Amino acid sequence: MSDSQQHVELEKEALGALSPEVAATPTGLAREPLITGYGGLGWLSDEVTRFNERSAPSWWRAGLFAALLLLLLGVVMVAYLVTTGIGVWGVGHPVMWGWATINFVWWIGIGHAGTLISAILFLLRQHWRTAVNRVAEAMTIFAVLCAALFPIIHVGRVWYIWWLLPIPTSNAVWPQFHSPLMWDVFAIATYLTVSILFWYLGLVPDLALMRDRARRPVSRFFYGLFSLGWTGSQRQWHHYEKAYLIIAGLATALVVSVHSIVSLDFAATQLPGWHSTIFPPCFVAGAMFSGFGMVLTLVIPVRRLCGLENLITRRHIDLICKVTLATGSIVAYAFVVEGCYAWFGGKPYDRFMIWNRVAGPYWWAFFVVVTCNFLAPQAFWFRKVRFNLRAVWLLSILINIGMWMERFVIIVGSLHRDFVPSNWSYYRPTWVDVCTFAGSFGLFFTFFLLFLRYLPTVAVSELKSIASSCISGCSSTHQKLDARK
Amino acid sequence: MTMESNSTNSVGRGSREYGLIAEFAGPDEVLRAAERLRVAGFRLWDVFGPYPVPGMSAAMGLEKSPVGWFGFLGGAVGFTIAMAGIWYLNEVHYPLPIGGKPFFSPFSAFPTAFELAILFAAIATFLGLLALIGLPRGRHPLFGHRRFALATRDRFFVVIESADPNYHLENTRRFLETIGAVSVEVVMM
Repeated sequence: MSDSQQHVELEKEALGALSPEVAATPTGLAREPLITGYGGLGWLSDEVTRFNERSAPSWWRAGLFAALLLLLLGVVMVAYLVTTGIGVWGVGHPVMWGWATINFVWWIGIGHAGTLISAILFLLRQHWRTAVNRVAEAMTIFAVLCAALFPIIHVGRVWYIWWLLPIPTSNAVWPQFHSPLMWDVFAIATYLTVSILFWYLGLVPDLALMRDRARRPVSRFFYGLFSLGWTGSQRQWHHYEKAYLIIAGLATALVVSVHSIVSLDFAATQLPGWHSTIFPPCFVAGAMFSGFGMVLTLVIPVRRLCGLENLITRRHIDLICKVTLATGSIVAYAFVVEGCYAWFGGKPYDRFMIWNRVAGPYWWAFFVVVTCNFLAPQAFWFRKVRFNLRAVWLLSILINIGMWMERFVIIVGSLHRDFVPSNWSYYRPTWVDVCTFAGSFGLFFTFFLLFLRYLPTVAVSELKSIASSCISGCSSTHQKLDARK
Repeated sequence: MTMESNSTNSVGRGSREYGLIAEFAGPDEVLRAAERLRVAGFRLWDVFGPYPVPGMSAAMGLEKSPVGWFGFLGGAVGFTIAMAGIWYLNEVHYPLPIGGKPFFSPFSAFPTAFELAILFAAIATFLGLLALIGLPRGRHPLFGHRRFALATRDRFFVVIESADPNYHLENTRRFLETIGAVSVEVVMM
């Protein structure tokens, strides 16, 4: 028997062993299923597309209206900033980087959880990711868009922003590639492009499903256009699965590299509190942590409002909570290690920075970080909390606040008291800072609500291929195959 | 069914007949049928379904997908362009003396080159995939078939094109029925 034949035999055997009746037999350690009320492949299609096909509910209209208002506010604030100057923000000497940079790091960090769910958990064959990866990837793309906004407007004279790109022009001034800020340009641009490609690649078969279900000619045309003429043929799936795997691998490299490069914006300087080798891993862990917090914030209402409770189950929430707890613990560890660096390093400026962080004028920010980031997630140790959706949602909001404040502590906390006491100051944001940040939420939620309404919110075709293993809650076809190989 | 009875193609050039579409009850049935079809020596045929059935590629005897080469070449090109480009810009064309650092260093160029390698690799993989599977494509004879829209929902189909050398309307129809097709219909162009 040739290798391929043997493989087929094995796979058929594994598939046969996984018929629902057999798989449902109690194993002693029964888990909650990943799909409840399963009613076949057609049922899965109906469940996912139901929200897209019925008329828009009032909460959606109201939400979109509110998001558009916020977006308008953001547009006005950016227009005010561009026409007036950076002075409308609270930044100035010595705190040159204020809310805009914090927002940038915060938003880009949020994106990372989406890529982790869609790429790394795919490579690790964590089947639970399939129900939430579409929402998480959408979150990534919109968060990266919000993030990209802030450095662009922060340069002040935004009409020179194209100088960041290495374009041959008559003035022959080229970008300076020693600077981490230049690396950032390429990291963010790559991250946005690859995230969109990966998202779209996953969407193609599902858009074909939408095309085939569409009744109105307009939707038929647009879903048809964007599904590129997908037929679901095995000769297409064959290449598609390989390409999806490869792009997942490439996106995995981005999960660890993009926020590392963002952290180098800080770590490559000489400033106490920034100049630290722990920054890249610490930022990546923080990005995952805050991103998973945001995933919880979004997924808990979405599963309820869009009627996806059978597909995004309490077990999914439970698993996301566990990852949040794990990544949060890494962030807490890194925060403690930073203190140890300063202590053992013996440099007076570093010691002063840590002491200033804890007991200086921004002690309250440090307090919020410790409470929201390190103490609050400890509740996820308890199963009762993880299965209490209200509690999880409130904790996720605390995590979002905590991670924003962590960036505040790092950025403002290090800048406001530098080497010479005559430079010291107390940074306060202006109303323009606050309204611009609110405007970025408008941008995010406008896109997110449009996504919920017009695109399949769950990766249906992927879910179909693993459905047999999801209904039982025990091990999957792939795992059985791996065990036998 | 013997191979002899299946070795003549009764369809001439200019025929309006695209092929035969056979519907199967489920993934297991279509997987078994695919193996029989491969053994019977058909070439221009395909299996359609809402998801890739595990083991189907092997059952159909498909070659390993070369899409990874597109990614590799894209990545190599991206990395080279970035390294060579940064060297040219910062060392040759517009050297900037900053803090006594070398004008070009592979270490400071690496993050940009790494990101550009990933960017090019992802785009090349995506475009390579589209080229391999022949998309985007506006029209397809199967889109006109009344039940084919269910292939993205929950049904599995096998299509044998009339251009296949082994294709014979009646014999192939009978063969599809013997390997478990629930229904077999003719698809027109």
